[in-house]
Amino acid sequence: MNWISPRRLNRIGMLNMNRRNVDYIAQYNDRSSYPLVDNKLKTKLAVGEYDVKTPKLLQVVRQQHEISHFREMAEDLSGFAIKPAKGSGGKGITVITGRDGDDFVKASGARIPVAMLERHLTNILAGLYSLAGTPDVAIVEDLVESSPDLAKYSFQGVPDIRIIVFQGYPIMAMLRLATKASDGKANLHQGAVGVGLDLGTGRSLNAVQFNRPITLHPDTGLALENIQIESWENMLEMAARCYEATGLGYMGVDLVVDAHQGPLLLELNARPGLAIQMANGCGLMPRLNAIEGLKRPHFSPRERTQFAMKSFSRM
Amino acid sequence: MTVRSRIPFYVAVFLLITAGLSVATWRHFEMGIPWMTGEQQPVWMVEARVDFQGYGDSAQVNLHVPQQPPGFRILTEQAASPGYGFSILENNGGRRAEWTKREVAGPQTLYFKTQFVPDETIVQQPPTRVPKPYTVFWEEPQATAVRELLNQATERSSSPESLTRELITLMQPDNRTQNSTMLVSDENYLQVLVRMLNHAGIAARTADALKLEDARRRQHLVPFLQIFNGERWLTFDPRTAEQGVPENLLLWRQGSESLLDVVGGDTSQVSFSMLRQTIPALQLAAREAASNGLSALSFYQLPIEEQSMFRMLLLLPIGALMVAFMRMVIGIRTSGTFMPVLIAVAFVQTTLVPGLIAFLSVVAIGLLLRGYLSSLNLLLVSRISALIILVIFITAGLSIVGYQMGFNTGMTVTFFPTVIIAWTIERMSILWEEEGPREVVVQGAGSLFVAICAYLAMSRPLAGHLTFNFPELHLVILGLILLMGQYTGYKLSELRRFNPMKAYD
Repeated sequence: MNWISPRRLNRIGMLNMNRRNVDYIAQYNDRSSYPLVDNKLKTKLAVGEYDVKTPKLLQVVRQQHEISHFREMAEDLSGFAIKPAKGSGGKGITVITGRDGDDFVKASGARIPVAMLERHLTNILAGLYSLAGTPDVAIVEDLVESSPDLAKYSFQGVPDIRIIVFQGYPIMAMLRLATKASDGKANLHQGAVGVGLDLGTGRSLNAVQFNRPITLHPDTGLALENIQIESWENMLEMAARCYEATGLGYMGVDLVVDAHQGPLLLELNARPGLAIQMANGCGLMPRLNAIEGLKRPHFSPRERTQFAMKSFSRM
Repeated sequence: MTVRSRIPFYVAVFLLITAGLSVATWRHFEMGIPWMTGEQQPVWMVEARVDFQGYGDSAQVNLHVPQQPPGFRILTEQAASPGYGFSILENNGGRRAEWTKREVAGPQTLYFKTQFVPDETIVQQPPTRVPKPYTVFWEEPQATAVRELLNQATERSSSPESLTRELITLMQPDNRTQNSTMLVSDENYLQVLVRMLNHAGIAARTADALKLEDARRRQHLVPFLQIFNGERWLTFDPRTAEQGVPENLLLWRQGSESLLDVVGGDTSQVSFSMLRQTIPALQLAAREAASNGLSALSFYQLPIEEQSMFRMLLLLPIGALMVAFMRMVIGIRTSGTFMPVLIAVAFVQTTLVPGLIAFLSVVAIGLLLRGYLSSLNLLLVSRISALIILVIFITAGLSIVGYQMGFNTGMTVTFFPTVIIAWTIERMSILWEEEGPREVVVQGAGSLFVAICAYLAMSRPLAGHLTFNFPELHLVILGLILLMGQYTGYKLSELRRFNPMKAYD
């Protein structure tokens, strides 16, 4: 019997896609704020004012003829990430981790000639990866050097932390680890591993891949039970500050822990997925209802973070 | 965004749905548009044939034609008579068809065709002026006989109707007395009856009726008796005293007008032939709509070409409803939101199996060629444009090859919207590069599955019939789609997807 009854799902408090779209995204996310999160370049600038750090911007390619500048710029770089500013779901992101003669090497070890990267930039500019097919710009960012104690869990690619922020309160978090199946990407539907994180402590709860519970990382073979995220409260507070920066009531904040700079914001997502519930083994609904039921919301990101850590801890 | 009350929304949806349903019901009853396809309605085609001999001079032929026979609705009228001028004259309550010609010589035949639709709701209208019985003078000895007969009948009766019935009974051959025998001969029986009734103070007249039977020719009118009971004219069969107009009896002539007048000819006679036709109720409704103002609400007035275009167009909402249901309630992933609807529309034109074969082969060939295009390093717009041209080549190639091999299925490729196919190929190709072939198969199969479901819904004759003839039903579809947009429950696919959560319950 591979089905679960709606009654049981309601008891667990699972948020489903239709409810998320109608009751949360449509209700709490102002359409006018979307460009801010759908465009990584704008996100970078907006959150910068709220003391949220992002990876260093190396170049912005806006026009077809600027692609030749990219070649000059990338001449002596060994690692960088090319991202479409309006891409969604990790589409169109190419991460280069090294050089092999004139060719570049992807995180997966595949070699890419520079011409192919240029075609990729062309595609980005034409809007191949943007949400509505509109013309786009490509941003080239410094490569994030993941902190080693987290990086060892991930098979290539940088592990990142997804935090759902509701009305400025961080309410659920998970660690996403790339696998061979996900080609160095941290998207769960592509086969990345999701590890639920306890909001109070930053410790791992349980893990899923392809929606199925696992205990070991499929590629590195490491146990996923006792992961502990460093400077957890800082990260949550950083995520909470993104609410002031964007005004989005329901969003997903993607953070990475850099070996030198600490937590960095990778991107914001106005339509965060539902797989985080599977990774945490509990539904979002009770926490959403708890926040909606607050008589007096807290004003500062710090207060909101502390409230969330106190209320939603399971340890 | 603040929290809005949902009540106005639900009220609006409810209003939309009730408006759609009630307008449809109203038009069903008002215009007789049938709910189901292929409903048939009997229609009597009656042809009056006038024969006469012309003198070689100008002629004028005047035929009484029915105005409002009780129990029937007149659908069409036409005259067929080459060389004659024709018009229909209306004068104080009677309608007459008039043929005129300058020179008429030898035997002539004129035709007047009418289509009648049986309609229970049409009853004898009360006359505008109350008819008065005329005074009748009888010579002796008839006067005495009449008096006797009327006395007898009056004693056994209480109302004009019963008096008439009694009188008819008394005058029947098998219970005739000396009195009635003296009065009545076979030819003048009805005339005497009418005179006697008028004498008794009841306005009476004759009427001519036609017994409708399928495929009869050379029929003649049968005389009937009508009396006025103070409210309306009642019809009696003067042979059996039966009251009322039986079914399949068409009163062709009522009142005192003559049936046929011919000026400039002689030996004229009228005969009738009739035919029972069944025509689709829809055609009937469309024809009748043309004659009253309700037609403004329907497509029947449009040229046929536009009508057939609208037939296709009005199927789209059904496909949209299907896609909305499949995506929001079932949770099937499709490539592009409304690509399935457009594919389904194409299927409606190509029929399913040839359409599927054509579609799959075009997309497969397109994907192969797109693989080559991707190595050319083109900008997106030029790549799509190149793809469009390639898709046109592929469809042309498939059509020609199919035709040479003797398949007509090859021709059906042309119904698929080229641009949509090009975009589909482009999307699938990118999906392939990014997510691998598995996702391509999942989304492709999902799209095709939804398209086939939409096609099955759209290709039902009933669907085409209802959407085209009751365009207001689209309000109902709109309401349903709006309701679905508010559905916040679980999708069917999520019940599978969240299945592992059982462990944490």
